[in-house]
Amino acid sequence: MNDDILKRVQANPKFIELVHKKTSLGWKLTLIMLVIYYGFILMLAFAPKVLGTPISAGATTTVGIPVGIFIILSAFLLTGFYVRKANNEFDALNRQIVKEAKQ
Amino acid sequence: MRSFTPRLAAATLLTLPGLALAADALSGEVKRQPLNWHAIIMFFIFVAGTLAITYWAARRTRSASDFYAAGGGISGLQNGLAIAGDYMSAASFLGISAMVYEKGYDGLIYSMGFLVGWPIILFLVAERLRNLGKYTFADVASYRLQQTPVRSFAATGTLVTVAIYLIAQMVGAGKLIQLLFGMNYISAVLIVGVLMMLYVVFGGMLATTWVQIIKAVMLLSGATFMAFMVLRHADFSFEHMFQMATSVHSKGLAIMSPGGLVSNPVDAISLGVALMFGTAGLPHILMRFFTVADAREARKSVFYATGFIGYFYILTFIIGFGAIMLVLNQPGMMETVVKNGKQVTQLIGGNNMAAIHLADAVGGDLFLGFISAVAFATILAVVAGLTLSGASAVSHDLYANVFRRGRSNEKDEIRVSKIATLALGVVAILLGIAFENQNVAFMVGLAFSVAASANFPVLFLSMFWRGLTTRGAVIGGFIGLASAVLLIVVGPTVWVDVLKHKEALFPYKNPAIFSMTLAFVFTWLISTLDTSKSASDEKAKFDAQFVRSMTGIGATGASKH
Repeated sequence: MNDDILKRVQANPKFIELVHKKTSLGWKLTLIMLVIYYGFILMLAFAPKVLGTPISAGATTTVGIPVGIFIILSAFLLTGFYVRKANNEFDALNRQIVKEAKQ
Repeated sequence: MRSFTPRLAAATLLTLPGLALAADALSGEVKRQPLNWHAIIMFFIFVAGTLAITYWAARRTRSASDFYAAGGGISGLQNGLAIAGDYMSAASFLGISAMVYEKGYDGLIYSMGFLVGWPIILFLVAERLRNLGKYTFADVASYRLQQTPVRSFAATGTLVTVAIYLIAQMVGAGKLIQLLFGMNYISAVLIVGVLMMLYVVFGGMLATTWVQIIKAVMLLSGATFMAFMVLRHADFSFEHMFQMATSVHSKGLAIMSPGGLVSNPVDAISLGVALMFGTAGLPHILMRFFTVADAREARKSVFYATGFIGYFYILTFIIGFGAIMLVLNQPGMMETVVKNGKQVTQLIGGNNMAAIHLADAVGGDLFLGFISAVAFATILAVVAGLTLSGASAVSHDLYANVFRRGRSNEKDEIRVSKIATLALGVVAILLGIAFENQNVAFMVGLAFSVAASANFPVLFLSMFWRGLTTRGAVIGGFIGLASAVLLIVVGPTVWVDVLKHKEALFPYKNPAIFSMTLAFVFTWLISTLDTSKSASDEKAKFDAQFVRSMTGIGATGASKH
């Protein structure tokens, strides 16, 4: 990449917008995943009884089962959410940046 | 009489095993079983199919880009399956279903740790990695730093991780094949070693990826069928399944609650750190991001991979409960053996065979043969990926960029990578034979810890922190590598379980939280103190690197095919 293109991209407000949107979404979703997972680990360490409580009186299924499924699903849904957002919004913005850089 | 005495495996299963567990399926002493013809025939069909693919791939593998990155022509879905395939090893299939069979809920907790790293790889690493790199993660780490020291470090990190992982896989292959196929250990190790060399030398990344995809599809279909049969038996009601399982399990309702897996918060968090960030530092996984056309496909591949891996762990959970319902205490499935002087009743061949016996119970001999063949295929596919990534570190990083300083021609580089593949194959076979009677259960944990403490911090900081300098990256990275290895050796898994000392010098089984922190702190400190001329040049190059990592301008595209 030559200096011209570099300067043009850096000065492009769309680039600044892309960087801001993409990094802030990335870090936000990372934080959500970390909170969900380490929240679960801390719960295991300090309040394991909660997860062992039956979901309703007389049930064998414990609260831990839906919580476990929820964590697996949340990993999948968070990645799906990011990919959708990136495919629709970020890629369009990025195409414009690349196009304008080469003019 | 069939007998199986996993002394060490049993000892670790009873304590707090952490990461070691996944590899348990593949450790301990086993005795050869009678030849299993169904499994052997199905395995040969698989081998014939994969060799045909290798032949097809060999005709399309000409350039370095073809060899290392399948010409960048793998789609997001295909790559997602291949990544999931790298992750769904025989150890995680047999080990985690066995853990659910023995302890119930703890098995689910354990498998979650392997999944949650993926979203983070997507949010922070995948696209940048694809935009900056070409064949190896060292391309990214050394992007604006000095090639020789940084690539030497990255190649060391790669080779150490690959070697440790290969030992675990080769020993596992030998043991598993003795159990499943009734072949002897050395011939099993030789078959795995030779086949993997054929795939990699002739078919490069294209063959390696397709072998992995086929195996992933076979494993997912087999596991889906098993889970379906289990649920059918429970009238498609989880509550009913849990009721039946708790009524026959010796631990009763306790299998529905967290058990002893997470009793020490520091170890638990450290294990989580190793799994989460180790995944983002495993060279054979990182390499897969260069096989797709662009950042968009890289992103999609993580989405698919996360879906497949999550689905697989849910299946494994159902399979574990199915084994409790349909295999535990069934006539013809159990045996009584003497372990540590006590009589123990276990599944024939050991509890790690839970999924295999369930296959027999729900699908008969033929399906048992199919699942056994899939387990073998799994090992083969994983070692091929590992070997290719080790060979790339030797040829692309050490030979082409360090030794020849970027002036080698492509033909020589490919030749070196093929020689390196053969050398790694021979080393893997020899290590597999040398470690036959060793407890390798700790090896997978060690590989993840090294990846999280050496490869990941340098890779991450190179992409996210302007202030990183060559000196900081190399010294900090080596400190992470050395401390991870050292702390595992003096910790309970090696110092007590392997070396038989009375007490560990370091109290935790999982060192990652300490060794990774050390790597980050020293990398930061040394980079900050580095006031050399080259350091300021390296910082100045960050802007161009950042623009390319965000936009993909200048990134390596797919080669024309």
